[in-house]
Amino acid sequence: MPNSPSDAPRRITVQRRGPLLVEGPVEVELEDGTTVSSDRFRVALCTCRRSRRYPWCDTSHRDRAQPSDE
Amino acid sequence: MRHDHQEPRLPSARGPLSAAVMEYLRGTGPLPGDEEIAGAAAYGDDVQLALYLCYELHYRGFAGVPEDREWDPDLLRTRAALEDRFLTALRADTPVHDGVEEALAEILVEPVDGTGVTHYLRDKGELWQLREYAAQRSLYHLKEADPHAWVLPRLWGRAKAAMAAVEFDEFGGGRADRVHARLFADLMTDLGLDTTYGHYLDGACAEALTTVNLMSLFGLHRSLRGALVGHFAAVEVTSSPGSRRLAEAMRRTGAGPAAEHFYDEHVEADAVHEQVVRHDVIGGLLEEEPWLACDIAFGIDATGYVEDRLAERLLTGWRAGKSSMRTPLPSEKSHIS
Repeated sequence: MPNSPSDAPRRITVQRRGPLLVEGPVEVELEDGTTVSSDRFRVALCTCRRSRRYPWCDTSHRDRAQPSDE
Repeated sequence: MRHDHQEPRLPSARGPLSAAVMEYLRGTGPLPGDEEIAGAAAYGDDVQLALYLCYELHYRGFAGVPEDREWDPDLLRTRAALEDRFLTALRADTPVHDGVEEALAEILVEPVDGTGVTHYLRDKGELWQLREYAAQRSLYHLKEADPHAWVLPRLWGRAKAAMAAVEFDEFGGGRADRVHARLFADLMTDLGLDTTYGHYLDGACAEALTTVNLMSLFGLHRSLRGALVGHFAAVEVTSSPGSRRLAEAMRRTGAGPAAEHFYDEHVEADAVHEQVVRHDVIGGLLEEEPWLACDIAFGIDATGYVEDRLAERLLTGWRAGKSSMRTPLPSEKSHIS
C-alpha cells in the first residue's frame, strides 16, 4: 500500500541460481526475530542458505570444481 | 600554489627507460627513443615503471613535476610506444575465451582445492606475508575504482546507470569514511604500514605494477572501454570469495579490526557488484554495442593473466621464505599489542 502515489514499487530481481537482488536500503527480519539492515544501493539476499553472512549473499552458491590439471 | 609535499615522490629508476622518463619529468633530460622501448621486456621492471610514471600524471602526479606534463605531447608519444609494447604482449600472451559468457563461466566456478595467493594466505600466511600483500596491493587499492570512473562518459543507458551505482558504492556511498580506498588505508594502519599514497611504489614488484598499469591502460582509452568493463567484472567476480579467505587470514593472524573489516565489506559488497556488473553493465553494454564482446572477454582474461603472474611472483618468494618485494619492508612499527 503506497503512502503516496509517487512511491515507485521496489524492484526485486529473481534468478534461477543466485541471490535475490533487492533495491536498498533494506531491513531483513530473521527467524529469531532479530533484524539486520543494509543501506547499499542494491542488496543480494542469499537464497541457497549456504552463505556465512546470511541473509546477505557471499557467493557460496557458486559451483565448485576440482582444479584443472596443470 | 602547489603543495608538493602532498604528492608522491618520484621513485628510483629501474633501468634506462624509467630513468629517462623521470629525467624528462624533472626537466633535466630527453625521453627514451622508440627503438629502446621496442627492445625492452614488456612486463619487466623498466617498462612497467616507465608506464606507471606516465599514468600517474593522470591520478595524483609527482612532487616536483609540473601538472601540465599530463598532456605533454612528447611524453604522450612515449607513453603510446610503451603502451603498444605492453598491449601487443598482452594480446599475444593472454589465452582469450570465445565469448563473454565463457570467460565469466570460468571465474564463476570456485576451485575446491584452490592454490592461489588468497588460499595460501588463509591457510598458512604469516603476518609478514600479509603485510607484503597489503603493501604490494596498496598501489591498486589506494586508487580502487578510480580508473573505472573514466569509462562512465563512454557508456550510456543501463550500463552507465549500473556502473555509476557500483562506483558510488566503491566511493563509500557519499561517505568519506566508507570509501574503499579509505578502508584499505585503515587496514594498512592495522598492519603497521605507511598509508601515504604511493609510498610502496619503490618496493612493489613489476608484476604488481602491471596489475595497476592494466587498469590505467584500459581506463584511459575509449577504444578499450570493453576491456575496462571486462576488467571490472573480473575483479568483482573474483573478489568476494578471495576476500573471504583474506578476512579469515586477517582474523587468524590477529591483524586487527580494520584489516578484517576491509575484506568482510568486500565479501558482501562484491557479491552485489558482481551481479550488477554482469547483468547490467556487461548486459547493457552488449545491448548497445554487441561488437565489444571480444574486448570484454579480453579484459576479463587479461586481468586473470596479470593476476596469475603476480600470484606466481608472491608465492615463489614466500614458499622459499623470501620477500616478494623489491625492497623488503622494514619491520613493523610500534603498534601490535
